[in-house]
Amino acid sequence: MGGVHPNDSKLARECRIETLPLPPVVYVSMAQHLGAPAKPVVTVGDFVKVGQVIAEPGGFISAYVHSPVSGTVKSIGPRKDLAGNFQTHVEIAVEGDVWMDGIDRSDKLVKEIPEDREEILKKIQMGGVVGLGGATFPAHVKLNPPAGKVAECLILNGTECEPFLTSDHRIMLERPREILVGAAIMQKVLGGCRCVVGIEENKPEAIAAMRAALSELGFPDMSVQVLKKKYPQGGEKQLIDAVMHRQVRSGGLPIDVGAVVQNVGTSLAVYEAVQKNKPLITNVLTVTGDDVPVSMQHNYLFRIGMPLSYIIGVAGGRPQQAAKIISGGPMMGKAISNLEATTVKGTSAILYLSEDQTRRQEAGYCIRCGRCADACPMGLEPFLLYRLTRVADLDGLEKNAVQDCIECGCCLYSCPANIPLLDYIRQSKGQVLGIIRSRNVKK
Amino acid sequence: MEKMLVSPSPHIHAKRSTTSIMVDVIIALMPAVIVSILFYGWSELMILAVSVVSCVLIEWLIAKFLFKRAELFTPSAAAVTGLLLAMNLPSTTPWWIAVIGALFAIGVVKMSFGGLGQNLFNPAIAGRVFLLISFPQQMTDWTAAPGFIHTTDAISGATLLGVYGEGGMEALQALGYPLDTSLFFDIGGSAGEISSIALLVGFAYLLIRKVVKPWIPLSIFGTVALISGIFYLADPMTFTGPAFNLLTGGMILGSCFMATDYVTSPMSTWGGVIFGVGIGLIVMMIRYFGSYPEGMSFAILIMNCFVPLLNMAFHQKKYGRA
Amino acid sequence: MTNTIIWTVVILSLLGLVLALMLFFIAKKFRVEEDPRIDEVEKVMPGANCGGCGFAGCRAFADAAVKAPNLDSQFCPVGGNEVMKKVAAILGYEIQEKAPQVAVVRCNGSCENRPRTNEYDGAASCRIKAALYSGDTLCPFGCLGCGDCVAACQFGALSMDPETGLPVVDESKCTACGSCVKACPKHIIELRNKGPRGMRMFVSCVNKDKGPVAKKACAAACIGCGLCAKTCTHDAITVTDNVAYIDFTKCKLCRECEAVCPTGAIHGVNFPKPLDREGIKKRIADRKAKAAELAAAAKEAEKKEVTNG
Repeated sequence: MGGVHPNDSKLARECRIETLPLPPVVYVSMAQHLGAPAKPVVTVGDFVKVGQVIAEPGGFISAYVHSPVSGTVKSIGPRKDLAGNFQTHVEIAVEGDVWMDGIDRSDKLVKEIPEDREEILKKIQMGGVVGLGGATFPAHVKLNPPAGKVAECLILNGTECEPFLTSDHRIMLERPREILVGAAIMQKVLGGCRCVVGIEENKPEAIAAMRAALSELGFPDMSVQVLKKKYPQGGEKQLIDAVMHRQVRSGGLPIDVGAVVQNVGTSLAVYEAVQKNKPLITNVLTVTGDDVPVSMQHNYLFRIGMPLSYIIGVAGGRPQQAAKIISGGPMMGKAISNLEATTVKGTSAILYLSEDQTRRQEAGYCIRCGRCADACPMGLEPFLLYRLTRVADLDGLEKNAVQDCIECGCCLYSCPANIPLLDYIRQSKGQVLGIIRSRNVKK
Repeated sequence: MEKMLVSPSPHIHAKRSTTSIMVDVIIALMPAVIVSILFYGWSELMILAVSVVSCVLIEWLIAKFLFKRAELFTPSAAAVTGLLLAMNLPSTTPWWIAVIGALFAIGVVKMSFGGLGQNLFNPAIAGRVFLLISFPQQMTDWTAAPGFIHTTDAISGATLLGVYGEGGMEALQALGYPLDTSLFFDIGGSAGEISSIALLVGFAYLLIRKVVKPWIPLSIFGTVALISGIFYLADPMTFTGPAFNLLTGGMILGSCFMATDYVTSPMSTWGGVIFGVGIGLIVMMIRYFGSYPEGMSFAILIMNCFVPLLNMAFHQKKYGRA
Repeated sequence: MTNTIIWTVVILSLLGLVLALMLFFIAKKFRVEEDPRIDEVEKVMPGANCGGCGFAGCRAFADAAVKAPNLDSQFCPVGGNEVMKKVAAILGYEIQEKAPQVAVVRCNGSCENRPRTNEYDGAASCRIKAALYSGDTLCPFGCLGCGDCVAACQFGALSMDPETGLPVVDESKCTACGSCVKACPKHIIELRNKGPRGMRMFVSCVNKDKGPVAKKACAAACIGCGLCAKTCTHDAITVTDNVAYIDFTKCKLCRECEAVCPTGAIHGVNFPKPLDREGIKKRIADRKAKAAELAAAAKEAEKKEVTNG
């Protein structure tokens, strides 16, 4: 159903993961995950080590935040994120690279999985692991389905359907065994369900590497499934449909159809948290862009809290033709207005787009070609939702399922009249979701 | 670029614009246009030029001076309307009739509803029907001047369907029921009726370029073939057969290029199928039982009225909703 | 022939009679009893159906007015006191006159005062822009310039000034219905009393950042220095969250705050004379000197009293 086929532009696919040098100072955001911001537990002047807890969850849906560096806490206060909105950040001046005791920094693969399910969940939670596929939903919540719900299938998302992004591709090539052990850990937590690793067909090397690692490790109930190249193949709901041929009903959760979807990056983070005691303080991001020379294309292992401008500097500076810089992919990423913002757990790319590629054309008139409806992976009718949004018909919007929109951007991408469909639909989706929520609260 | 651009996602766009779609439609019409010029000569070329130029000009004048909103002017879409209108006119049409047709099509049918995307009826067909009613004599005079290609057949001055409408099956058989000719060029008719092959080649181009989907034309063809097949089998001496009906009277042009107009056709697949079936039914009723020989234009216009209803009734299947 | 005519006439007449009877009985049966005063009130309403009163339209307003025990909680901003008097006369209520109001744009972040730091390329809607990020300047509080307020105004009273990129209120057309206030995601527009002959003072800034940050973002920002509040002799100015606010019910239009404001964030409009900054400053200085003198004298007197006593 639906979907679009943008040029996949995986320009940095050949670039090995490099480790970024440490900057003189990092700013760690307290809002790195979906849900309530974390609460700082350090004070100005404290000396912290790498991996030390610096903030505790601010609610049930929240996560621990750990220090990515060793050094002195310089300040705790509001700082602008990449959209220019203030978030609480902890500023740490880097001094050396002293890690917490108990963190295993070797490359040795640890295959033996702890027996106790609760212990694993605790380690995942204490490690501050969140979903790295985009939503940054706390992993321990997702891996602990409510009573009565049984997970039948753990889907490992290795589709990386966004153009340009190659970080998942690289970790599947370079650390497939760790990813699979992570998956096995999650299988155990979920009560021994099967596991399917979904990878798009445009990544044959990753498919081969994962298959080789799988046969080497010999995990039962685990398989690699090749998926068609299509955006958004890696959307949670689309992936469940592709792998299990089941659809999550509107307003429901994947667990309702027995599915749990986790990104390959999350699986790696789970492995490191459980087997190596290493909390989620590093991740891989791609620095890439159209017309950017190969020397400026990179896949970096970064630590959270690094200023984006610092990474851009290390990667060779902002290319001349970059008119827009995006954190994430070109379809769902966020345009950066503040380069002094810092990396967070879920940062997946710094993407430069040229003016040609990215500047929006002047919007014309809808000719009712229906391309948006064909492209919508949720089977919605964006042209209709757009029209209803413009006249603020919230009842009509709810009836036409605006709340099901996954904001993938296929409608705006495909509109030949360049009508900003998603911009408006996103607004009304928020309003309708608010109405539904308040109605449920009343009930 | 000193200042960075910031916008909501997505940040890239498919390389497809309204203009490029319209240009594709114009390209798709070219084979039929070339054949008709070869066949009807300079007079055909002039009528095409007059129609296209006047449609574009009228739309520009209305957008600029009447609405004072220059952005309402879409030259490519107006050119498509002009081209389709001209292909519906006999090559002998006086130029001023084409101008009046363009004025009606663009001014009344399209712009008075608000311009591109807002019109209820297909402008080219509405313009053609308007001319047919206003100037019945000129609009059914198929005595064309000889073109660049001379055929052995004398140009008779009536279309096959016209012959059938006047004299029934006997008159048609007196002509030798010349079906084979209409595959490549009709013995008479407008530019859009001349060559079914050329039109189908153009339509194939549209399908390859994913400009239109085949469901509407297929459902029209299917319905027409089914109905005429039943009637023909029941009484071959009174009713014309499927092949005849599919190849004459602007059936191909109407189905492939006019009924598939985005604005005036349903958006969903099933809506489109119903729309096509409706057109097929109406066109066959007119041809068999009406006093008017052809009927494609009327059928499309009548079904145009149902498009808003069909759009309301048929939605595409949503994910995760029964 | 005559037969046909007679039959036609008879059948048509009978049909008409039957239908008329049906209509009559249906009208009788499904008649909705409505207070006739609702119609009367609706007639005197402006009929703009703008919703500025908080009701769904003029009829809803009339309906509520007829049912309410008094008119204290209802006011038609478009019709103003005139219309409310008429409504009160129909319903036999008493009303208190309200001061006429006007929409005031409290941002002076023109292109010149507030340099753009990036270029917004999304849909031209303030709400969409506000949901996306803090805006294309360093000021996260100011006008976003996409004109949601202009689109919301049904009276054509708002327009965007292409020079400054800010909305301009046409006072003669503004009815103070409040649509723009609701439409603005940054809450910049406020309904304020129009003031005598349109004269009024207001702080044209809502930036809550600390002084230096605000100043860096916009040359015309209120930096929360509090000079105006210190100067005001009518207790009309308060400074909260680094931004000053003038209470229009207390302001006496002396323009002293305007004269002392270091960034020009305080605006006085529709005054017949231009601001005599130096004159007012002198007046303030004189008053201060006098006050100081008086205080000194009082102290002296107190001292004397003490020594005398």
